[in-house]
Amino acid sequence: MYRIVEKTHFSDKVVKLVVVAPEVAHARKPGHFVIVRCGESGERIPLTIADADERTGTITLVVQAVGDSTRAICALEAGDSLHDVVGPLGRATDIGLRDGTVLCCGGGVGVAPLLPIIKAFKQAGNRVVSVLAARNKDLIILQDEVAAYSDEVVIMTDDGSAGRKGLVTAGAEEVIQREHVAECVAIGPAVMMKFVALLTKKYDIPTICSLNTIMVDGTGMCGACRVTVGGKNRFVCVDGPEFDAHQVDFDEMMMRMRAYDKK
Amino acid sequence: MTDRHNDQGRNAAWRQTLRDAMPAKERTAIPRTVMPQLDPAYRITTNEEVNQGLTAEQAVTEATRCLDCPTPTCIEGCPVNIAIPDFIKNIQRGEVLRAAAILKQTSALPAVCGRVCPQERQCESRCIYNKMKKEPVAIGYLERFAADRERAAGPAPVPADIVRNGIRVAVAGSGPAGLSFAGDMAKRGFDVDVFEALHEIGGVLKYGIPEFRLPNSVVDAELDNLRALGVKFHTNTVIGKTLSYDDLLNMGFKGIFVASGAGLPRFMGIPGENLSGVMSSNEYLTRINLMGAGRPGSATPVLKGRRVAVIGGGNTAMDSVRTARRMGAERAMIIYRRGLEEMPARVEEVHHAREEGVEFLTLCNPVRYEGDESGRVCRMYVQRMELGEPDASGRRSPVPIEGAVDEIEVDQVIVSVGVSPNPLIPDNIAGLNVTPRGTVAVDGNHCSSIPTIYAGGDIVRGGATVILAMGDGRQAAASMAEKLLENA
Repeated sequence: MYRIVEKTHFSDKVVKLVVVAPEVAHARKPGHFVIVRCGESGERIPLTIADADERTGTITLVVQAVGDSTRAICALEAGDSLHDVVGPLGRATDIGLRDGTVLCCGGGVGVAPLLPIIKAFKQAGNRVVSVLAARNKDLIILQDEVAAYSDEVVIMTDDGSAGRKGLVTAGAEEVIQREHVAECVAIGPAVMMKFVALLTKKYDIPTICSLNTIMVDGTGMCGACRVTVGGKNRFVCVDGPEFDAHQVDFDEMMMRMRAYDKK
Repeated sequence: MTDRHNDQGRNAAWRQTLRDAMPAKERTAIPRTVMPQLDPAYRITTNEEVNQGLTAEQAVTEATRCLDCPTPTCIEGCPVNIAIPDFIKNIQRGEVLRAAAILKQTSALPAVCGRVCPQERQCESRCIYNKMKKEPVAIGYLERFAADRERAAGPAPVPADIVRNGIRVAVAGSGPAGLSFAGDMAKRGFDVDVFEALHEIGGVLKYGIPEFRLPNSVVDAELDNLRALGVKFHTNTVIGKTLSYDDLLNMGFKGIFVASGAGLPRFMGIPGENLSGVMSSNEYLTRINLMGAGRPGSATPVLKGRRVAVIGGGNTAMDSVRTARRMGAERAMIIYRRGLEEMPARVEEVHHAREEGVEFLTLCNPVRYEGDESGRVCRMYVQRMELGEPDASGRRSPVPIEGAVDEIEVDQVIVSVGVSPNPLIPDNIAGLNVTPRGTVAVDGNHCSSIPTIYAGGDIVRGGATVILAMGDGRQAAASMAEKLLENA
């Protein structure tokens, strides 16, 4: 059992949980994820790690209630426990000093897994510009934490209730046009990553995305997470979760993610 | 030699008496026993075990058939060389627990192997009865009988003579290889910790093989026996990820046995294979067996196709197609590119599948899938094949019949064409050598390129059987124990 020591509501449907998982807290690196089961008969679902504290042996998860299982997790309170947490899984982000700005684009709860990557790129000595986008002001998360590790933060909302009105791509393109962007990291809904990838492809900027597909075991055994990358079948759990965004078949990925939608 | 040992072996007086009691001609006239099984119409409505096990009377009669050959070739057919006539003759004389003890000298999990071993290709294929054009002694049924009776008699007694040596060893993976290694090391006095990536212990015995073929209660009883021996189990721990090799050394482990199993499911790389509704047998079986999908209360979803095609001809394919029938498929099909004769699945599984109404579309190779507007698979095309010359595996290789492509309506496809080794551990332990196939390279003692790390089962073999995995675990335990005690 993995105890929840802290719970914060980011919005109606998005919560932040701080969970005791000392081994994961010790081993995790930016880019890693965990698989979580809410209860004894719970589903295994992948969640990215937003932060970790080795001293307290805790990891931070940001969960959006989208289906039965994520709703059940969001309903847990501090003092409750997750039945299972396993990880860290996946390959860690390739962090290093880049020859130019690192542009980090986060959409919705995608900002949570993006945060440790922003932090690591900043700590590696890069100039980091972060573009955070959401439908409205209430859905912008972790803005202060991102700001602490970014040279500049651009906020974009669909309705203009925070930052500027417009899509993530508008904010990103402005940065690209005004300074030399060496690498782009995009994490968010599949459709958002798809359009960021199309944008950066136009400017020939290497771009990585982090995919959050359907998974069962998360260790390479089931293949539920497979995506087509550069024409090849790849497993998000062991080959990813990060891939070259210009090579990912996002349309196929979105179609596969609907496989278990209730009709 | 003690008295206990004197009454064992072919030369024991009681064995001679049994041999003399009935002439060979009379014994060989006894027909092979038929395994009592659930009615096919009933069993596709349930997950209950199909084979019900022999009655005591059946077991004794079947044991009587065994001629107690002076040079028993059945033993050569067994991958771990179980002393087959020894245990069978003990069943015949009514010493069933003794029979079980003989099995356990060689096989850590006889109740499992009695159920899932392909006996018709191993021990039973070498039985003298085959030479007489008669059906072989039902060695597998008898193995299961002895093991089940022992389990029913209560938990296995913990050997009183175990001297704990205080040396810690770690096991990565809790499938058949890991469990047999753990049991043997614990009996040798080592402190054993087994680390499992999933939330349940048992590996393929839990997530892979369905309840109707291997009930979880059988596996759980074995796990309890191991716990009684002092083996500690840790779920949710991925070696190489949660705990690194260095972490294990820092925790005081002196030896590590890697038994992480076969990994990545293979796909064929044909158009439409990533449509929704097309999945690996690992995904399908894991959802149902491990996650309980389809059972009340389980949060895990599973697609329940009406027309289900399972691609492949191995045991996993049979498990998948028979599961699909139980999940309500009206049409459950095996699509296999060779003929029935070449199918690698156990004969019994093929037989059971047929009884359960599974259709066998042999000499058919999938070439493409098509989906509906939502991206769900709705039909497939198969290339009809004919058998040509034998290939490297000795089986006649299928060649396409030009222009013969059939269309089949399907709403679920389960791909069961094998697995590639899981890269997780090799990728995360520097200096651990792998073969060109990606399996962990080991020497004759199951030792890897890192002297403290041993490996066995499918992570070494690529994709083999429970009995071979178990045999690896035992041999690795013997050689690691010897090395660690030498250095102690």
